[in-house]
Amino acid sequence: MIAFLNQYGWQLLQKTWEQLYISAISLFLGMVVAVPLGIFLTRTPRTAKIVIGIAGMLQTIPSLALLALMIPILGIGKVPSIVALFIYSLLPILRNTYLGMESVDPVLKDSAKGMGMTSFQSITQVEVPLAIPVIMAGIRLSAVYVISWATLAAFIGGGGLGDFIFDGLNLFQPDLIIGGTIPVTIMAVLADYLLGLLEKKLTPLQQDSRDSEEADK
Amino acid sequence: MEKTTPMVEFKDIAKIYHNNTAVEKVNLKVNHGDFVCLIGTSGSGKTTTMRMINRMLEPTSGEVFLNGKNIKEFDPVKLRRKIGYVIQNIGLIPHMTIYENITLVPKLLKWPEEKKREQAKKLIRLVELPTDFLDRYPGELSGGQQQRIGVIRALAAEQDIILMDEPFGALDPITRESLQDLVKDLQEKLGKTVVFVTHDMDEALKLATKVVVMDHGNIIQQASPTELLNHPANDFVKKLIGEERLIQARADITTAQQIMLKDPVSITLGQPLKSAVSLMRKRRVDTLLVTDDDGYLKGYLDLADLNKYNRVTSVSDIMITRLFKIYTDTLIRNSAERILKQGLRYVPVIDHQGKLCGIVTRSSLVDMVYDIIWGGSEAEKDESADSTQGGEVQ
Repeated sequence: MIAFLNQYGWQLLQKTWEQLYISAISLFLGMVVAVPLGIFLTRTPRTAKIVIGIAGMLQTIPSLALLALMIPILGIGKVPSIVALFIYSLLPILRNTYLGMESVDPVLKDSAKGMGMTSFQSITQVEVPLAIPVIMAGIRLSAVYVISWATLAAFIGGGGLGDFIFDGLNLFQPDLIIGGTIPVTIMAVLADYLLGLLEKKLTPLQQDSRDSEEADK
Repeated sequence: MEKTTPMVEFKDIAKIYHNNTAVEKVNLKVNHGDFVCLIGTSGSGKTTTMRMINRMLEPTSGEVFLNGKNIKEFDPVKLRRKIGYVIQNIGLIPHMTIYENITLVPKLLKWPEEKKREQAKKLIRLVELPTDFLDRYPGELSGGQQQRIGVIRALAAEQDIILMDEPFGALDPITRESLQDLVKDLQEKLGKTVVFVTHDMDEALKLATKVVVMDHGNIIQQASPTELLNHPANDFVKKLIGEERLIQARADITTAQQIMLKDPVSITLGQPLKSAVSLMRKRRVDTLLVTDDDGYLKGYLDLADLNKYNRVTSVSDIMITRLFKIYTDTLIRNSAERILKQGLRYVPVIDHQGKLCGIVTRSSLVDMVYDIIWGGSEAEKDESADSTQGGEVQ
């Protein structure tokens, strides 16, 4: 263990950082695109079916194949890796955003509109706050997917912890495989936990905080 | 704004969804201070009609005017901020505090914070809830309390007109009743105009100044509650009101004039006792009402007294002037109990000048009680009234 760290420690850190930022950028882009798109789709139910269908289809392309398909278009390296992972991150976020927005009680939407909120005000002040838990669930799911699939980026020269794993596979060195896998797992669990905290913070209170604390006990 | 312009006016409004006609042709005026109840079975178009006022729905044809101005000229969002809106499921925003909920429209209208706070406090006192409720969330209040908030939320921006779509439908009967009282009270106190959709006839009759009965997208009848009960336009309205309620209402709206016997046995002041006795004998009665020559009621004469004073010659000398009488427009509801409990055999009915018009006997009341309990028809009533005419005053 210590020998492993002595030998590969610096490299491990470097690769972990690569893995992290490839994942983070992909996830961030996924959120930026999928959340507004999901919200917008609730305003056009007919298009929604089509778009969610397409996103679902993209999801079914085997990940390795998708990465391979990136090569003729974008070559090799980090950019095609990020693009591929971004595509994967879309569906869970998009679907959850759409479902979360749809699940807001229509009575509340009617009430918001009837009182004279604009569509934008209704979205930002009523619907999104109520849909936050579902939207965040989609983002957490995407985060875990993206972090673990980012190991495949190594396959097209994107770097990251996948390098360790592929080296291990090629050289029949199990310690390299394990050494590459453990940080990925830790990173995924940690990301999920941190996003969970963010979700709690973003979800608006629906009762007095004092009361809820008491209820928790 | 002159009061002659109706608050809301519908002109030939129709709403058609694909091939389904929700509203066929509606012409309706809602005046300032009116409490209009739209009532009908589900699918009658009542909610659709109401929702066209704040442009939650757009009519397929026809025009709606608010204070004489076509609502198409308003921006829908601004229009809605002028119109209070209360819905059945309350629709308080769960992640906003009661304060934020109440001041939602004022916030949209960018009122200063101080004014909002003041308004919220004023309103919450109006519905008799403690001011510390303002910091709570809707989920922490009971259904009845929530709907109280729902009601004042619709008043918060000083809207003159409030739309309510079956607001109390989901509440238990006791809570519902107290909220009805509250709304009626607020409406009268604050002089608001209310358009209220309901399918509950009791609610409509209790609250409305004008009941609008709708069926299949048309207005069947629009009338005050009393008029509606008295003259239902057709069988549909009758059915909607319910046979039972119609009969019960009869006691509520029947006046003495309607059930009195019109030809009371009476004698004028100047007559000698001799003719009084012979009149009693002829009509087989034991008391006589005494009037002056112009028909004004003065008192009555009892057979028992006649015996004592047999030497006296004139009716006016021995008549008893103290008697319980009712006016022609007195509601029977208000006097029936008194007649029955005091054991009066009959009560003279006079007009407001004091002229004798008729009498109400215990047997006339029997007819009414019979109707209320057994639901008798008009024909039976007339018959029994005839047969008791002689019997009572004997």
